[in-house]
Amino acid sequence: MSANIVYAILVTSLATFLSRFLGTITSESIKETSQLFKWFNCLAYATLAALIARTIIFPAGVLIDASYASRLVVVLLSLFVFFISKKNFVYPTIFSAISMGILNSYF
Amino acid sequence: MVNKSFFLKGYRSIFTYDSPAIALTCCFVAIGALFKNLGFNIQESIFSTVLTYALPGSLVMAESMLIGASLLNIFLAVWIVNARLYPMAVSLFPLMMHKSQPKWKYYFSCHFIAVSAWLIMKSNYKKIPKEYRIDYWIGIGSATLSVSVVGTFIGFYFSEYMNKDMMIGLAILNPVYFLCMLIGASKTVQVTLSVLLGIILGPIIYLFSPEWSILLAGVIGGTIAYLVGEYNVS
Repeated sequence: MSANIVYAILVTSLATFLSRFLGTITSESIKETSQLFKWFNCLAYATLAALIARTIIFPAGVLIDASYASRLVVVLLSLFVFFISKKNFVYPTIFSAISMGILNSYF
Repeated sequence: MVNKSFFLKGYRSIFTYDSPAIALTCCFVAIGALFKNLGFNIQESIFSTVLTYALPGSLVMAESMLIGASLLNIFLAVWIVNARLYPMAVSLFPLMMHKSQPKWKYYFSCHFIAVSAWLIMKSNYKKIPKEYRIDYWIGIGSATLSVSVVGTFIGFYFSEYMNKDMMIGLAILNPVYFLCMLIGASKTVQVTLSVLLGIILGPIIYLFSPEWSILLAGVIGGTIAYLVGEYNVS
């Protein structure tokens, strides 16, 4: 293994573990019925939603090569599939991959 | 040690109809392909997935390496991107804390905190006795991590057989799956508003501060949602 790559992986995992570990230590002094817990719960859901919205609108990696319009159309159609399939997670997920691949190859 | 029955129950959550297995595998297929393009070998790719186990962090590491960033820069960039794991841990672990369980289980299993495992646990924790929730959580985490490793392996070896359109199709699958899961979890005013505000504020704040957008959107959106929810109750 190349030393540079190994160092980069170790640094990345350390930076990632730090937030997880600090969160676990903090949890020891927070009760699940407390207001602080409720606030952190809202924070976590809002942060996740922000991350997902950013991934779709300002993506990194291969998704950056797909147009805004195609990403938006695929997400909206997938949400439509999600609601008409009575909130099934599998159908919209598979639909999104297929429709994205097709849209991207034609537009 | 770990309760085998609850561990297996957690591990099997990956095989349910609403499991994140497909989305997670596809997502790590894309990561495996990215690692190969970056010049990683298979051991390094698997090593990275197992040790980091957080997609945005891996993407930031890959981007930073491409532009030749220093180790300190990589550390700071990844830490900022993955700081979301802190509120995720604080909003999950109090649900699993039990005096009969040793602390090492919590310190060890915090490594499994990621969107997929977190959402599965949040949807199912009420069905599990509090004493054994940590064992159930370790089962979920082991299952999602195993799937990620398999995805990385497939991506590394099969990326050359996939064209760009296929890779883009795989890349959209993960955010769509998690978006559906978040909408599915929006059953209270506070959670619904948190999700809605996060979706709106995340991209808007990104225009002004790309590095801090996720955290700021989380803090602002989450706090507004919390206050509105409490006001409604009172």
